[in-house]
Amino acid sequence: MLSFPVSLRVSPAMKRGFFLVLLALLLAAPFFPQIIYPIFLMKMMCFALFACAFNLLLGHAGIVSFGHAAFFGGSAYITGYALRDLGWSTELAILAGVLFTTILGAAFGVLAIRRQGIYLAMITLALAQMVYFTFLQSSFTGAEDGMQPIPRGHLFGLVDLSDDSRLYFLVLACVIGGLWLVNRIVNSPFGEVLRAIREHEPRARSMGYAVDRYKIIAFALSAGLSGLAGSLKCVVFRLAALTDVHWHMSGDVILMTLLGGMNSVFGPAIGAVLISLLRHYFDALGAWVTVVIGIIFILCVLVFRRGVLGEINHLLSRRPATAVRPSKEEQNAQI
Amino acid sequence: MKNSLRLAVTAASILAFGATGATAQVSDDVVRIGVLADMSGIYSDLSGKGAVEAVKMAAEDFGGTVLGKKIDVVFADHLNKPDVGAAKAREWFDTGSVDMINDLANSGVARAVAAVAKEKKRHIIVNGASNMGITNELCSPYAIHYAYDAYSLAHGTGKAVVEQGGKTWFFLTVDFAFGIGLEEQVSKVVRANGGRVAGAARHPLATTDFSSYVLQAQASKAEIIGVASTGADAVNAIRAAAEFGATKNQKLAALLLWIEDVHALGLPAAQGLLLTNAWYWDMNDDTRAFAKRFNERVGKMPNMAQAADYSSTMMYLNAVKAAGTDEPDAVSKKMREMKVSDMFTKNGTVRVDGRFVHDMYLWQVKTPAESKGPWDYLKQVSTIPAEQAFQPLSDSKCDLVKK
Repeated sequence: MLSFPVSLRVSPAMKRGFFLVLLALLLAAPFFPQIIYPIFLMKMMCFALFACAFNLLLGHAGIVSFGHAAFFGGSAYITGYALRDLGWSTELAILAGVLFTTILGAAFGVLAIRRQGIYLAMITLALAQMVYFTFLQSSFTGAEDGMQPIPRGHLFGLVDLSDDSRLYFLVLACVIGGLWLVNRIVNSPFGEVLRAIREHEPRARSMGYAVDRYKIIAFALSAGLSGLAGSLKCVVFRLAALTDVHWHMSGDVILMTLLGGMNSVFGPAIGAVLISLLRHYFDALGAWVTVVIGIIFILCVLVFRRGVLGEINHLLSRRPATAVRPSKEEQNAQI
Repeated sequence: MKNSLRLAVTAASILAFGATGATAQVSDDVVRIGVLADMSGIYSDLSGKGAVEAVKMAAEDFGGTVLGKKIDVVFADHLNKPDVGAAKAREWFDTGSVDMINDLANSGVARAVAAVAKEKKRHIIVNGASNMGITNELCSPYAIHYAYDAYSLAHGTGKAVVEQGGKTWFFLTVDFAFGIGLEEQVSKVVRANGGRVAGAARHPLATTDFSSYVLQAQASKAEIIGVASTGADAVNAIRAAAEFGATKNQKLAALLLWIEDVHALGLPAAQGLLLTNAWYWDMNDDTRAFAKRFNERVGKMPNMAQAADYSSTMMYLNAVKAAGTDEPDAVSKKMREMKVSDMFTKNGTVRVDGRFVHDMYLWQVKTPAESKGPWDYLKQVSTIPAEQAFQPLSDSKCDLVKK
C-alpha cells in the first residue's frame, strides 16, 4: 500500500474535536456579522471547496490542470442562466451547473490525458481558453458586463434565499458535503489507485488498472466539485463574471493549493482561506496585493514546500515517539 | 455596592441608548460616502484619485458634518470588473455603513452596482458611466444618473456630425455595456436624420493595437468613423486612424472625449474634434474657482465627471440635511424635489427615473494657435438645452414612470 509522505500523529479524537469546533464556529458565524462578514465567509468557503476539488487532480492523481477556471466559472454561468432566464429553483440550477461541468471535465480529461506533464497542462489551458471565449461571445453571458442581476431563487421552490443567513447555511451544507465527498474519494480504493498512478503509472497499468479511465473519472469528479463551488459563488454574489472563467483563476487555484499543501485533503482549503484573507484585508494596497501574494508564494516554494498544512503535519510527525504510531489506514486518512 | 454599580451601569446605558434613540436620524452615527472608481486601470485618469478628491472637497466644503454627524469618505478600486464592484458595494452596504456610492466610472460596473443598490435600498449616483440602463430597466428610487449619458452624447456630437453632412457611419466600439450602448444611441440618431450605419468593429477594453479595426473602418468606405470608446482606448483609436491614413478620406467623430483625452492627444492631433461635455473648467468664474482649488490638490484640471462628483455629493448632503435623516427613502424624495444651482449647472433637477436633467454643451477642440495656455483646449459650439439633452420620460423603460 502506498502511503503519504507526511502524516499527522494526532489522535482521531483530537481531529474530530478540531472539526467539531470549526463546524460550531462556522454555524455560529452568521449571527455575528460585526465580527466577520457572512458573504466574505461564503466566498472563502467556495474557494476552499474549489481548491480541494482541484487538488483531487494535482495532489492525488498528479495531473496538473491549468484549465480549472473553465469549470468554476462555466458552472456559474450555467447556474446563472438557469436561475435568471429559465427561472429554475436554486437547487436545480446548481445541479445543472454541476452536471454541465462534470461532463465538460470528462471531455477535457479524454483529450488532455493523451499527453503528460506540461503538454497536458497546455491542453487544459487551451480548452479552458476556448470555453472562456465561448462565454465571452455568447449573448446570454453579458460578456464584460457580467451576467447580472441573477435572482438567488427559492430552495426547493419554497425557501427564499435572498436572506443572507439562510443562504449561508445552504452554502455551508453544500461545501461540507463537497469536502466530505473529496475526503471520501481520496480515502477510497479509487483514491489509492489514483495515487498508484501518480507514483508509477506503468506499474499501475501492468497491475491491470484501466489507467485512462481512472484519470478521466478523476477529471470529471474534480470538475464537478469545482463547478459546485462556482455555482455557489454565483448564487451568493448574484452575478457570474468573466473573472471566474479567466485563466487567472486557474492560476489562483494552483497557488491556493500549493500554499495550503497539496499532499493533504484539506490543505488547499487553508491556502484558499489565506489567499482570500490577504486579498480582503490588504485591499487598500491596491495592485500591490499581487506583489505581496507573489512574495508569499516564492517563500512558500523556497522555504516550506509542503504548504502550510503539509509543514504542520511534518512538524507534528517529527515529535518524539511518545505519540501513537498511526495504523496504515490512519496514515492514509490524512487530515 | 455591587448591585448599585450594576444599577448605575444599566441606568447609564439606558440613558445613552435613549439619547441616541432620540436623535437617531443618522444611521450608525456617520454619513459615509463611498467612491467606487477605477483607481488603477484605463479610466483612472477620468475618475480615480480626482473623483475621490472631488468628493472629499464636497464633504469639507459642507463643513465636515451633517445633522451633527461626521461625513466620512471612503474609496475603493473596482478594477473595471463588474463582479469586483458589485461585491465591494454589497460589502459597503452590508457592513461598511456606506450611505451613498458615487462616481462609478465604467458602465458594466455601474450596472452591476445599480442592481445591488436596488436590492439593498441604498443610494448610488452615477457620474462616470453612460449606460442608459441606469435610468431604464435598472432604475430605482435609489439611483441617480447625474453627469451625462449615452443619449446626451448621441444627441450632442452624433447629431452635430450628421447635420454637418456625415451620413454613413462605421463604429469602432469598445465591447461592453458602455460602447455598445453608445453605438446603439448614436445609430438611432444617425438613422433618424436620414443617415446609414455601415457596420461596427468591436474591440476589448484597453486595446493597444487598433490596426485591424481601423482597416475594417477604412474598408467600409463610410464617411464617418464613430469612436464609441473613451479614455486611452479613444486616444489609441484616434492615433491609429491618423497613422493608417484613414483621416484623409474619412472623418472621425469621437463620441465621448474628456479633457484628459485632449490633453493626451495634444492639440495638433485633436484640433477640430467635436465633443459633448456637461461641464468645462473655463465656463465662468464659479467653474474656474473650483478648477483652481481642484488643480491645487490633484495637479490637473477637473473633468465633467469629477465636477459632477462634487456637485452631486453636495446635493446628497443637502438632501440629508433637508430631510433631517439619512434614511434612504426620505433622502430619495428630497433629492427629487430640490433644484441644483451651483458651479456644475443651473436649475438642475432629478426626474422620477433618476435622470439628473441639466444643460449639455457641444464643444470643439481649439487649434494650437487658439489655445492660450495649458488646459485651454475647448471652445463652445452650442448649448443643448436640458429638455433636448436627455431621453424623454415617455421613452423610458423605467417602471417608476407612470404612463
